[in-house]
Amino acid sequence: MSEQLTERVLKVIAASKRIPLEQVTIDSEFQQLGIDSMDAVEILFALENEFDISIPDEDVRNVRNVRQMAEGIEKLVAAKAAQPADAAASQ
Amino acid sequence: MRRVAITGMGAICALGRNVSEFEAALRCGRSGIGPLESTDCSQLRFQNGAEVRGYSHTPYFDDRRADFIDRFAQFAVIAAREAVACAGVEWTPARRESAVIITGSCVGGQSTEDIGFQEVYKLGHNRVHPLTIPKTMANAGASHISMEFGITGPSFTISTACSSAAHAIGQAFWMVRTGMTDLALTGGSEAPFSFGILKAWEAMRVVSPDTCRPFSKDRRGMILGEGAAMFVLEPLEAAQARGARIHAELVGFGMSADACHITQPSAEGAARAMRGALRDAGLSPEQIGYINAHGTATPANDISETAAIRQVFGIHADRLAVSSTKSMHGHALGAAAALECLGATLALRDGFLPPTANFTEPDPECDLDVVPNHARHAEVEYALSNSFAFGGLNAVLALRKVG
Repeated sequence: MSEQLTERVLKVIAASKRIPLEQVTIDSEFQQLGIDSMDAVEILFALENEFDISIPDEDVRNVRNVRQMAEGIEKLVAAKAAQPADAAASQ
Repeated sequence: MRRVAITGMGAICALGRNVSEFEAALRCGRSGIGPLESTDCSQLRFQNGAEVRGYSHTPYFDDRRADFIDRFAQFAVIAAREAVACAGVEWTPARRESAVIITGSCVGGQSTEDIGFQEVYKLGHNRVHPLTIPKTMANAGASHISMEFGITGPSFTISTACSSAAHAIGQAFWMVRTGMTDLALTGGSEAPFSFGILKAWEAMRVVSPDTCRPFSKDRRGMILGEGAAMFVLEPLEAAQARGARIHAELVGFGMSADACHITQPSAEGAARAMRGALRDAGLSPEQIGYINAHGTATPANDISETAAIRQVFGIHADRLAVSSTKSMHGHALGAAAALECLGATLALRDGFLPPTANFTEPDPECDLDVVPNHARHAEVEYALSNSFAFGGLNAVLALRKVG
């Protein structure tokens, strides 16, 4: 996973949950950070905006920690980059 | 305190345009969920809803009157007309002056508001239609019912999200019981299918991409619905004296607030509302035979509601039937509790248990008798109708079979 992508995910989580960035690491569990289901939905919304991607409901059903979330984002960002330019534009 | 009878009922929703169509669907477990017609869903993660298919104001309102009434308030008036006709209410000046109207609505005239906002935000026009405000206001249903029948007594609307209609019916029940009025028209109506509000529901990630499977292990969320159900409530003795048909008796109403989380349900809050309804009715838990559950089919609600039912009913939870008719009429938000109270009333009156439709697989965390897929014959004396709203505001109605 790219460090830059991880950093952006951590920043989005910290900003959305309004907690210090130092508290959020790639190994954090949502439960440790006090992230409940509504917080998670808000973070997904912020991540969709940050990366200009659409995160399907099915992909997030079993996400319980920051690493799973970052890995999912990485996949979606890669999938978006692989799309032809005109398909991406119509998204 | 007086006993309170339901003497009139009316409904319009995805299951039909009147109470008998609604009941026929419940009896055969037919779901009204399908692809949405009234809204373009191509930019949405879900395409299904429980809609009043092919709805047009034409058989119900002339064009000029319809100009003034949003779809949600049209539904309110349509259901109220059926309820009043069903009860055989004879309007005298005194009755018009003392009758009470209490409606529930969560979102009001969303489609009207959506059109108005598109005018200014999207189309760049500098003006919005002058009827946008009177069509959008959540009390429009109560107002148009009052005008329809010339009712001039206390009339208002309660908005507590998914519990709106239960709070409305409960309040009307208490007003009849305590002698504040001799006739109440009450229920709820909703028409939440506008693109803006569907996008907002999509963002919450609680809407199922296929259908509504309450208490089923593979449930994937709620399905939005629309419609209305209305009731005429009268003192039982007066109703008997005039020879009215009594469909059921309202016997208890309980309310609570979770004081916990704006969207996550609390089993304790739900349990307190159920206990409140039992206490108000003077019933012990063992007397309840059927619960029309809130049963949204979100992962969180169904587990929490099961836990709450176990808290309140103990081992009796294994002997009572619990079903969610949202699997058929969808989650009609401010109208949901009215449609569900109607389901419970019909179940008591006609001796059947409406099923939980679309059920595929038991969930060990929802280990109740949820009447999967097929209605069942059963003579039940007492039933509850549960409503647990976003915002943690809970309302539970208790009903008794009559005759």
